[in-house]
Amino acid sequence: MIITERATDMTLTAILIVSAALFGIGLFGTLSQKSFVMLMMGLELMLNGTLLATVGFWAYTVGGLPKGQLLAILIMAVMAVELSIGFALVVAVYRKRQADIIESITTLKN
Amino acid sequence: MKDIIFYVLSALAIWGGWRVFRADSMIRATFALMMSFIAVGGIAMLMSADYIGIATVFMMAVEMMVMGLFMVMFMMNPAGLNPMQMVHQYRFSLGAGIAAFSGLTAAILATPLPDNPLPPGGDTLRDLGFELLGNSMLIFETAGVTLLATMVGAVVLSSGSGRFGSAGDGSLPPGLTAGGRPAGRLVDAVKGQEDTPGNGMTMEKKPAVRADDHHGTGH
Repeated sequence: MIITERATDMTLTAILIVSAALFGIGLFGTLSQKSFVMLMMGLELMLNGTLLATVGFWAYTVGGLPKGQLLAILIMAVMAVELSIGFALVVAVYRKRQADIIESITTLKN
Repeated sequence: MKDIIFYVLSALAIWGGWRVFRADSMIRATFALMMSFIAVGGIAMLMSADYIGIATVFMMAVEMMVMGLFMVMFMMNPAGLNPMQMVHQYRFSLGAGIAAFSGLTAAILATPLPDNPLPPGGDTLRDLGFELLGNSMLIFETAGVTLLATMVGAVVLSSGSGRFGSAGDGSLPPGLTAGGRPAGRLVDAVKGQEDTPGNGMTMEKKPAVRADDHHGTGH
């Protein structure tokens, strides 16, 4: 008698649906929040979904090719860059205009 | 067992992500986002991406601590003592989020995705190490230099010093002649202070001017 291993529910489809949910929530937050900091949290959440999808594709499509993990590492570097420059811009805008919400910088003047 | 862990981590990731935008307390929102990141790191480890999973957890824990600090600095109600809704175009945003999720899910379900899982017994960590310090070293180092440039750019953007000194002190550009009035266009506030004889700013910032004044008035 041949015992076959039970198929797992953790498929690429399931992983991509989770990442799509994270991306959708992040998009909602990015578009709806007034505060700069909350807006960046939305962007981070979108990148979080992207990271999960990348790792899923690496694990289920290329058979463990190390270059796939390298792409995920680059996405993590992008997350760090986005957060650092974003916070630096928040500080710069606050110094210039005492603005902490998006509506305060609707023009480029001054 | 692996399936149950996957379901739990997925639920935590999505629920944490949703709580980020529903919590009154900004600190709780930050920790909810951290929970979402940690759950995604756990899912990555379930997929044998150990390095990515651990790095995500460590990196995001630090990032979220920094984000919590900025929350306290810039949000008017960081502790969530009063209910707060700082949102705009709510319906449009909700629709866009749902549309993105629905569209992506439809595309995922309609696509015949390949199923080529990792071969059992593979040492992904070792392979990644050889890749990072081998063929892809230049890419890896480029990412490192990009992060260094980011650090420099962040310091330049966020520092208070302008071209002529600290921005907070109302600093003035140097004069065209020794002890002369500051060069360039003056803003109204500075001009008004300049018109006032013996104004404090010029006296403090330019000791040479004070010395000239004293000579000029016969002291």
